Amino acid sequence: MQATADSNILDIPEEIKAKVLTPRQLVWRRFLRHKMAVIGAITLILLILYSFGGVLFFTEEYANYTDTGIRLSPPSWEHPFGTDTVGRDILARTIYGGQISLMIGLLAVVVQVVVGVLIGAIAGYYGGTIDGLLMRFTEAMFNIPQLFLLLVMAKFFGSKINTVELFGREFSGSVIVIIVIIGVTSWMYLARIVRANFLSLKEREFVLAAHTTGSSNVSIIFQHILPNSIAPIVVSATLGVAGAIIAEAYISFLGLGVQPPTATWGNMLEGSYNYIETAPWLWIFPGLLIVLTVLSINFVGDGLRDALDPHAIVEAN
Amino acid sequence: MEQLLELQNLEVKFHTLDGVVHAVNGVSYYVNQGETLGIVGESGCGKSVSVLSVMRLIPDPPGKIAGGKILFHGENLLDLEERQMEKIRGSRIGMVFQDPMTSLNPVLTIGKQISEAMVLHQGDSKKVADQKAIELLSLVGIPNPEERYGDYPHQFSGGMRQRVMIAMALSCSPEILIADEPTTALDVTIQAQIIELTKKLRDQLGMAIIWITHDLAVVAELADRVVVMYAGYIVEQADVFRLYENPRHPYTLALLESLPRVDSNRDAERLATIPGFPPDGLNVPPGCPLAPRCGFAVERCLQENPQLHEIEKDHHIACWVDVSTGKEL
Repeated sequence: MQATADSNILDIPEEIKAKVLTPRQLVWRRFLRHKMAVIGAITLILLILYSFGGVLFFTEEYANYTDTGIRLSPPSWEHPFGTDTVGRDILARTIYGGQISLMIGLLAVVVQVVVGVLIGAIAGYYGGTIDGLLMRFTEAMFNIPQLFLLLVMAKFFGSKINTVELFGREFSGSVIVIIVIIGVTSWMYLARIVRANFLSLKEREFVLAAHTTGSSNVSIIFQHILPNSIAPIVVSATLGVAGAIIAEAYISFLGLGVQPPTATWGNMLEGSYNYIETAPWLWIFPGLLIVLTVLSINFVGDGLRDALDPHAIVEAN
Repeated sequence: MEQLLELQNLEVKFHTLDGVVHAVNGVSYYVNQGETLGIVGESGCGKSVSVLSVMRLIPDPPGKIAGGKILFHGENLLDLEERQMEKIRGSRIGMVFQDPMTSLNPVLTIGKQISEAMVLHQGDSKKVADQKAIELLSLVGIPNPEERYGDYPHQFSGGMRQRVMIAMALSCSPEILIADEPTTALDVTIQAQIIELTKKLRDQLGMAIIWITHDLAVVAELADRVVVMYAGYIVEQADVFRLYENPRHPYTLALLESLPRVDSNRDAERLATIPGFPPDGLNVPPGCPLAPRCGFAVERCLQENPQLHEIEKDHHIACWVDVSTGKEL
């Protein structure tokens, strides 16, 4: 053999051997250096614990229980966040509504990522006519204002799906509708990012090398190129969760989103519109939760972007 | 000896916005079982394009195989469906590329990249493929293969990565290994190691090799037969000893003269060079493509492109001139 020794003659202690970190370890280390992202991540975990741990203290019946006798009562020991226009406990509703809002955020992004990645990857990898058609379609979708699309689709599909049972809870069918329509109206940006990434990655030599080992196009797209563009997808998906939560909030606020009695942070705001000054607890608590969630997700997204981009300039903070 | 792979009058064109580039113009060569064929020439003379055509990996568009046949065990690869071709790539014909720094996927472990072809072609279970990959790593001389197996490409040096690439190409014991300038991006000592390794593996595994390079010294060490290409044409073809002893094409002669020699006069001012550049593939002059750069050119060279013809047994050149006399043949 050449100069490379198979075993060291000296017994070298573990701690002075140079360690090479895996890409994952490098990303994790860079992420931890981003203070705001870490704060965001912690806040997000607390919010998730709040929404999913809260069920230990309140039942869903309680969250949906109406008592018009105590309607619009301000925060008190019995109802720490006050009650709403029909006397439901706002604290309990923010807990159950949080589950729905976070779930909508996550699942809508799953839809968004599946559609966006597929369209972007196919367009970027195959190019030519396929690319032309898919990208013109993407642009057409881009040109229709998302809010308008959301409202039309929500109105059209809103009442067509029955109540479903998931995770031991009953959801209004509108939850599914909202997830799907937010997903299918928000994939365009991601599709463009993925396409751009594929366009440059498919010219790389390792793709040619993968071809020479006999890999099929499908395996090259998903096993060789996709893992290389995971960074922008993760960043975009993270930020997409925040976008989806806001989208849900605004269609629900307009009354076309998830239908009561199922609570979401968005539709809790709907009823508070007429009481902005007289009963501010109606909107402060769900509003605050939305803002906190969206902000922390955005910070996490920023942190991920910096951590995943090896060319990122380290800011002195 | 059985002919394993034979190219017959291969023609490859690239349809670009500026016009049609004639990259390979009626090239024919063959490789016998267990034989090493060297393909030599300047950049852009169609060496890589001709072997990429064998793999059917010319980017289309803009590239197009416009004519000819590529016979592998007598079967024309150009007639195969893409699916059938996928079964040949990597399992019966393996390929190694020039730049080991870019030909490995940066986000997959090298173990995964080596074992992939075996899972794909031989239907090995992941466990078996992993075991074989470790054996391959030790075969190509990577120390501590069990540990290195799970490492990523950035944890390897250039020479080590080229060894990994070779392990990948050899994973399904192909009948032919195509090496497209595999040592060009490496420094000289590593280059020598890779050549030694290739020789050792060739003797051990008995595969045929097509070795593309612009370095005649490398060819002298490895090849049994040599094809010299220029501007998409084969200009000289002979076995390696004959070619070095008795080069008959002005281009081969010029390439040999441009090599530094240990026994040369140290006071000689500088190395010989070939003046000018290879012709632009878009407008090839009517005559011999080398004529404008050729010290032997006669009137006829400017009008007619010479065909490849045999001047002695198994020695072909495409030239109008006899370089030993400087006169027209």
